[in-house]
Amino acid sequence: MAEAANLHAAAPERARTGGEGSELSRAKVRSALLFLAPMVVVLFLVAGWPLIRTIWFSFTDASLSDIGNYGFVGVDNFYNSEWGGLLSDANWWTAVWNTLYFTFVSVSLETVLGMIVALALNVKFPGRGWVRAAILIPWAIPTIVSAKMWGWMLHDQFGMLNDLGMTLGLLAEPVAWTASPDTAMLAVIIVDVWKTTPFMALLILAGLQMLPSDCYEAARVDGVHPVRVFFKVTLPLVYPAVMVAVIFRALDSLRIFDLIYVLTSNSQDTMTMSVYARQQLVDFQDVGYGSAASTMLFLIIAALTLATITIGKVKLGGDPR
Amino acid sequence: MKPASFAAAAAVFVAGASAAPLAAEAADLSISCGAVGAELALCEEGVRAWEAETGHSVTVVSTPNSTTERLALYQQLLAAGAKDIDVFQIDVIWPGILGAHFIDLSQYSDGAEDGHFPAIIANNTVDGALKAMPWYTDAGVLYYRRDLLEKHGRDVPETWEDLTETAKLVMDAERAAGDDDIWGFVFQGRAYEGLTCDALEWLHAYRGGTIVDGNGDITVNNPQAVRALDLAGSWVGEITPEGVLNYAEEEARGVFQSGNAVFMRNWPYAWSLANSDDSPIKGKVGVVALPKGGEEGQYTGTLGGWQLAVSRYSANPEIAADLVMYLTSYKEQKRRAIKASYNPTIAELYRDEEVLAAVPFFGDLYDTFTNAVARPSRVTGEKYNRVSSAFWNAAHNVLSGRSDAQSALAALEGELNGVKRRGW
Repeated sequence: MAEAANLHAAAPERARTGGEGSELSRAKVRSALLFLAPMVVVLFLVAGWPLIRTIWFSFTDASLSDIGNYGFVGVDNFYNSEWGGLLSDANWWTAVWNTLYFTFVSVSLETVLGMIVALALNVKFPGRGWVRAAILIPWAIPTIVSAKMWGWMLHDQFGMLNDLGMTLGLLAEPVAWTASPDTAMLAVIIVDVWKTTPFMALLILAGLQMLPSDCYEAARVDGVHPVRVFFKVTLPLVYPAVMVAVIFRALDSLRIFDLIYVLTSNSQDTMTMSVYARQQLVDFQDVGYGSAASTMLFLIIAALTLATITIGKVKLGGDPR
Repeated sequence: MKPASFAAAAAVFVAGASAAPLAAEAADLSISCGAVGAELALCEEGVRAWEAETGHSVTVVSTPNSTTERLALYQQLLAAGAKDIDVFQIDVIWPGILGAHFIDLSQYSDGAEDGHFPAIIANNTVDGALKAMPWYTDAGVLYYRRDLLEKHGRDVPETWEDLTETAKLVMDAERAAGDDDIWGFVFQGRAYEGLTCDALEWLHAYRGGTIVDGNGDITVNNPQAVRALDLAGSWVGEITPEGVLNYAEEEARGVFQSGNAVFMRNWPYAWSLANSDDSPIKGKVGVVALPKGGEEGQYTGTLGGWQLAVSRYSANPEIAADLVMYLTSYKEQKRRAIKASYNPTIAELYRDEEVLAAVPFFGDLYDTFTNAVARPSRVTGEKYNRVSSAFWNAAHNVLSGRSDAQSALAALEGELNGVKRRGW
């Protein structure tokens, strides 16, 4: 499997076109830059500027009640000997741990389930188009709506999940899914898996559809067992597509906010880095400290993404096959 | 034009103008109203009556039920200087946090504030400016099922220990009789501002102080507070469903009003809803002050209540102020008290016979309402939210059994010291 992955990772780079130093190629570069400029400007305005501003605010004592009036405080928001700062705040580290735990468990489950769904949808059967559309429904519902819906389904007194469990004899007594510290994280993960497995399935399915059929024909001629075909042929071939999907989902989960906030509010059992940063920024009006948390969130996500790409030997933007 | 007819026309004009001075140019305003229970409908009715009198039009914007979320919404609107909302309904603990965004209402009130409870007016006055007019006041009260207590021969509890015992006894007896869904006591246990109110009542009942005292000293880590929280921690799973850890006001009312709880801690608004025509417990409910903490404790209730304030960014501040003065007037507060049991902030209304006939406990609990215990929002100022959040998390940890009261309060003291070092 590893060999196959290496083979694809080492796909030959496309030969660069155009010679060096010719008038024509310089004109091409100029017009390319000209065409790129609008996108660069827009990207800077919508992504770069807010990011720079957040990082700047993290070194100040800005407050939401009077945001124009602030002073520079150095790295006090991150660490200081007087009141600690972010790095010595136990609640922050709880939030970091919660986020990593949530991301790891939910993305793992989604990958496995998404793969199963994608394999099922890759087989030709009557009504496949309809099933493909239907399976996307959880993904298409706005998160706030599905989170509220699940909030009611998980309700300890009136929720249908408890009613179902009790009627079927699976539960001895109603469980307070979102309230109990033992089940709150589990409840959030269940809802997230329900919601984003279709997304994962869709990305993997796209990868599956591009696989060459000759490998499978060869395997069939040789009489290889289907399970062996999956692990020796399908998985290595679809691996780059799966890794891209995993990175997308992991990036998304690391900044999860809406689902958790709707289901469990500011509870420390499920508080993630984004929920923590929002609480500091808005509830406590502490723009400086909240920006420090946001900056850390950005750095952690960036570091984890780089690590995944390096360890997983993924070529983003490379030839997927 | 002949002089005579000119004079007549002028007279008509002047008369018209003085009859409806504000209608001369109709303005569009918007007001944010809470939507807990019947609140929104009640707000709409008051606003429509004002519209009919003045000819202006008002959009009523409903806001989140959770006070914590509502504050977050307001802060984002106000920090951006948004003109979208002219009149804000604000919590009793917010004048210090949001005051800078509101105009001084004393220039428009014509002395009307003198008829309201002085403590609330003082609360709403920031640096000498009246930032908000009191709309209704609140104090936590204890709801109980009169029919169930009578059936099982129990008195209304005097202390929290009594309540624990009675709740357990009635609940067990009712469950034995086949009512599997019944619980003893529900309250607001979600990690939000409401839990701060509830837990402050437990502390105060045991004479365990108010988290931070009037001088800004942190007093929360004391033996009485430990006793109070230990008792509260023992309820969950015994007389209180574990789901209470995620209940706000309306979730608790949902359980109580469906007949699934013997006792409930809530604000007075739940009275008229519990006694509405479609309520399964209509006529079976009683209201008393929250119990004492042990024999030597004190009756208690956290001060709540909502005010109306006019945004500094409003395009029509004087018209908006007129709306505020109308909604907080004697007449309107009386209507709200009778119709939906919202506590007036005008002392005289507690002697009004029509009000007392509609909500009998307003008279009995007058002392509870006027002596309600205030959250330490004035002394902690802008840091209040941090203090409150640290406190409700500590209480939540005790309720969920993750921590015992002793160590939760010790940890809380450490955290509050950290907050205080940055100044309050």
